[in-house]
Amino acid sequence: MTHPTDIHASSALPRRRTRLAVSERQLAVARHLVLMGFALVVLFPFFWIVSAAFKTQIDLLVGKVFFTPHLDGFLDVMFDKTSDFARNFANSMVIGLISTFLVLIVSTLAAFSLYRLQWPAWVLHSILGWSVIFHLVPPITLAGAWFSMFRSVGLDNSYAGIILAHTTLHLPMALWMMGVFVRDVPKELVEAAQIDGAKVPDILWHVVLPIVRPGLAATGILTFIFSWNEFPVALVLSQRQTATVPLGIGKYAQENTIAFTEMAAASTLSIIPAFLLLLFAQRFIVRGLTSGAVK
Amino acid sequence: MKTDTFWRHATLWPALVLFLLLTILPLLKLLSLSFHDVEWVNRDAIWDWVGLTNYTKLADDNLLRAGALNTLIFAVVAVAMQMLIGFVLALLTTRVVHGRVFYRTVFILPILVPGIIIGAIWKLMYSYDFGVLNTLLITLGLTPQDWLGNPNLALLSVIIVDVWHWTPFCFLLLLAGLESLPDDIFEAAKIDGASRWQQLRHITLPLMLPTITVTFVFRMILAFKVFDEIYLLTGGGPGTSTEVISFTIYRRFFTEDQTGYGAAMSIAVIAVIAAAIIAATRATAGKGAKA
Repeated sequence: MTHPTDIHASSALPRRRTRLAVSERQLAVARHLVLMGFALVVLFPFFWIVSAAFKTQIDLLVGKVFFTPHLDGFLDVMFDKTSDFARNFANSMVIGLISTFLVLIVSTLAAFSLYRLQWPAWVLHSILGWSVIFHLVPPITLAGAWFSMFRSVGLDNSYAGIILAHTTLHLPMALWMMGVFVRDVPKELVEAAQIDGAKVPDILWHVVLPIVRPGLAATGILTFIFSWNEFPVALVLSQRQTATVPLGIGKYAQENTIAFTEMAAASTLSIIPAFLLLLFAQRFIVRGLTSGAVK
Repeated sequence: MKTDTFWRHATLWPALVLFLLLTILPLLKLLSLSFHDVEWVNRDAIWDWVGLTNYTKLADDNLLRAGALNTLIFAVVAVAMQMLIGFVLALLTTRVVHGRVFYRTVFILPILVPGIIIGAIWKLMYSYDFGVLNTLLITLGLTPQDWLGNPNLALLSVIIVDVWHWTPFCFLLLLAGLESLPDDIFEAAKIDGASRWQQLRHITLPLMLPTITVTFVFRMILAFKVFDEIYLLTGGGPGTSTEVISFTIYRRFFTEDQTGYGAAMSIAVIAVIAAAIIAATRATAGKGAKA
């Protein structure tokens, strides 16, 4: 490189390099300070809600910073006769687990079928295309039709209705996540097994399942969390007996005199499942989020 | 291979049946509802054909207009802030080696928490009487604000919640993109004497364009669907100051029981979104970008 400016550059280089050497460590510290500040901003509301949950209504209302922790909020939320929260929690678990189970079966079968069983391209494209459109439309638009359809067949305010709706709602995401994982299964392996006379169920069980197992975990965890979090569809389709956790929280906010400590305690409790999954299954969550939940 | 054809269909049909029964059929149902006025008498719906009236009514619906406008403002402002803050933070913090798992855990947490709980948390923090934000303002000697009750402030307050909610995840996506850029280009640029600004303008931004686009599109889609946080924070109010499109549909369809009219509104929203997707796919397909 014989560029005229090289002379200046090289004369400036030694000084700059010493400056860099000093600041490299400072830079690392500065980066951490920035990230720590950011992390604090992100975490602060969570700290605040958890501390509010341990306060009495009076401590909360006068904005006490130092207080004696009380469990009243939690106890009221979980055990008070007027509180539906324990029921909401159980409902969310049942609906989340069953719909996740269904989503995993249906999406894995369909992904395997579409990517490994020689469907014409138009079938693949129209199914994926439709699921993209459906995924992007606000769920509230279809909730009305679901409501009146379920009502006419007697599925309104039933677990089955919400489970079906949640299964459909999360099928597109699961379909293309499982699509990513199923494509890790070598085509030759499937074809060789077919030539050896293996039936599709055997191939699924012995060839595909071992390979996509981490994918199933990733898809399953995210589907469960999204079902746990889902609000508008559950709002439309359920009443008191089948209400999920978000509906329970929503109800606190709607009452004339808001029971703030109870709302805080219920909120704290309902973060726990996602928090535990994030601590103990983070690699699956990250894998899932990067493999298609976003795209 | 007869069994093959059987299994080929047997594996795909569960998904097809779900899609047909729970997306296509409801869509047709909405379409037919949208041409009717529907009255519920106990469990029976009484349909009354009204032609296109429901669709022509859409144009004069002030709530819908407010909802569409607020959704647009909400989505554009919130997503722009998230992208900008996320990108600047990502630029400042590339190549952090220690504590990555901790930071990632913290920054993923908000998006795994139910939107309704995000709303509940912020409703408490925004409280006029005891919320932490007003406590802070008073400590600083400023006047406390009615964050959610002031019509001029409410939409901004809702946007702030969304920025808090989603900036961390945008940051993670953009950071991952930045860290996957090849080092040698920057080395070469440094040797050629490119300033930091020139590197950013001519290398980083063009190379990051795919990541930025994916993050942006992903966020815009979700921002247009916003419902939970607003339901809890303001319920669309005060007045129509935080009314958003999902909320308008919910209100017309369920709160007011205008089934036919709500269906027409749903169909209109779905049609606009589908048209936008098709246009976007056409535009990117021309450039050979993968869908």
